[in-house]
Amino acid sequence: MSFAGALPSTYWRTRSALPGFGLSLGLTVFYLSTIVLIPLAALIIRPWELGWSGFVAEVTAPRVFAALKLSFGAAAIGAVLNTFFGLIVAWALVRYRFPLKRLVDALVDLPFALPTAVAGIALSSLYAPNGWLGAPLMSLGIKAAYTPLGIVIALTFIGLPFVVRTLQPVLSDLSRDHEEAAATLGASRFQTFRRVVFPALLPALITGAALAFARAVGEYGSVIFIAGNLPMRSEIAPLLIIIKLEEFDYAGAASIGVVMLGVSFLMLFALNGVQSYTAARR
Amino acid sequence: MSDIALPFRPRGATQEHPVARVALVGAAAVFVVLFLLLPLITVFAEALKDGISAAIAAITEPDALSAIKLTLIAAGIAVPLNVTFGLSASWAISKFDFRGKSFLVTLVDLPFSVSPVVSGLVYVLIFGMQGWLGPYLRDHDIKIIFALPGIVLATMFVTFPFVARELIPLMTDQGRDEEEAATSLGASGWKTFCRVTLPNIKWGLLYGVLLCNARAMGEFGAVSVVSGHIRGQTNTMPLHVEVLYNDYQFVAAFAVASLLALLALVTLAVKTFLEWRYADEIAAVHKH
Repeated sequence: MSFAGALPSTYWRTRSALPGFGLSLGLTVFYLSTIVLIPLAALIIRPWELGWSGFVAEVTAPRVFAALKLSFGAAAIGAVLNTFFGLIVAWALVRYRFPLKRLVDALVDLPFALPTAVAGIALSSLYAPNGWLGAPLMSLGIKAAYTPLGIVIALTFIGLPFVVRTLQPVLSDLSRDHEEAAATLGASRFQTFRRVVFPALLPALITGAALAFARAVGEYGSVIFIAGNLPMRSEIAPLLIIIKLEEFDYAGAASIGVVMLGVSFLMLFALNGVQSYTAARR
Repeated sequence: MSDIALPFRPRGATQEHPVARVALVGAAAVFVVLFLLLPLITVFAEALKDGISAAIAAITEPDALSAIKLTLIAAGIAVPLNVTFGLSASWAISKFDFRGKSFLVTLVDLPFSVSPVVSGLVYVLIFGMQGWLGPYLRDHDIKIIFALPGIVLATMFVTFPFVARELIPLMTDQGRDEEEAATSLGASGWKTFCRVTLPNIKWGLLYGVLLCNARAMGEFGAVSVVSGHIRGQTNTMPLHVEVLYNDYQFVAAFAVASLLALLALVTLAVKTFLEWRYADEIAAVHKH
């Protein structure tokens, strides 16, 4: 940046000694527009052929509304479960030593790496009434596969890495000084955790939970095999989009898509808010 | 004195009670085994239920082979294009200062916050029968939806940010000094990029390509919307798994799925190795 004053700058960019600005930015903007922006614009424009009242009627139709409620509700429960278990897993990985730790650490990324359809059929046969985990649950009177509970299980699977990977760096950067200070002042270990460690982890916990939630809302592959897909009961919003498309109801499909996209963007903005708030406090 | 029974040993002020430690590690282990390890084991156990020859037969059957081929072709087109884009975006963003840069970075990340099904939907809305270009494409006999171009487009959309988001923080961290030195010594832009930038980012680039490829080959939701599920023609591997599973051919479904699971395991292994060996040459920020 030292030469920023030496070279004349145009009103929108600082001059640089390096070549290739026009080419690389041009290519980037072109590719971004073709693959992402124009198609997304097509999605956002489409529902308006129904008009505002048509759009509202579409997304509040009982079947659509039930699907949206299920997708958002199950994703929220999954995010809460992940926040709890993700904190335990991240804590164990950062603070303790135990056998096979490296393997466990690598395994946390499995939901990122495993194709969602593979995860879907694996979870489905695992929790099916005759499956390894489904059978014992069945004898307890709990039906997991083909119910909303199955959807929560799949969404918990898919969201776990977001919480663990967001927490890990924050947890290992956390200085022990504050914990020691709390201990010398007579705080119990649990008090220290609740009053000192937890507040420091909170922004990362919120970020991780929000990322897990955002991913889970739109998740399709890992869910449809275990979901049962009964309209009004266990039918998720992404599946309803596909059903509407198969009926050539493009505007209806786009309406559901716009609602899901809108919520994702709101989450993104809220997250940026949390992050800049945290950055400002540091 | 060192042989005092566990509960009486003084513990550090910032350590948990031994019972609490065991409970926490135990809870973490149970959770990881139940939610991560068991599904993975299930894939291979179900695939080998009727012996290895049944699994091999399911993978080498013509529809499976054509699904494998289609997956390789789609990833073979989408990944290089996204690498080109990723390199060009991170060059523009990390080596220059311009207005709207942070907005551009946000836009690059956009596909990550879009549901896979919506990612496929957007192309149907443009190229589908009742899409913007639908009538034109039908009149000129060009097939995009329910054909290879649609599958490639949907794969590109979904894997769009992987390389760029890996390289942008890395190249921003590395600064511009080395490139400026090379340019001032008379190297052309292309030569600077090949001789100076590329060697500096090679491990980060490999890391990004790896993640991009894993997602490209495994993508299900987006491809499912645009593919049309024509057996032996427009089914990629994940879609073939779905068709087999819904046909109650569980062994065959899990056999093809185990190939994808192997790809995931190799990806994880190489990723773990890269993170361990080249930690400082890979971008420090890892959010997926």
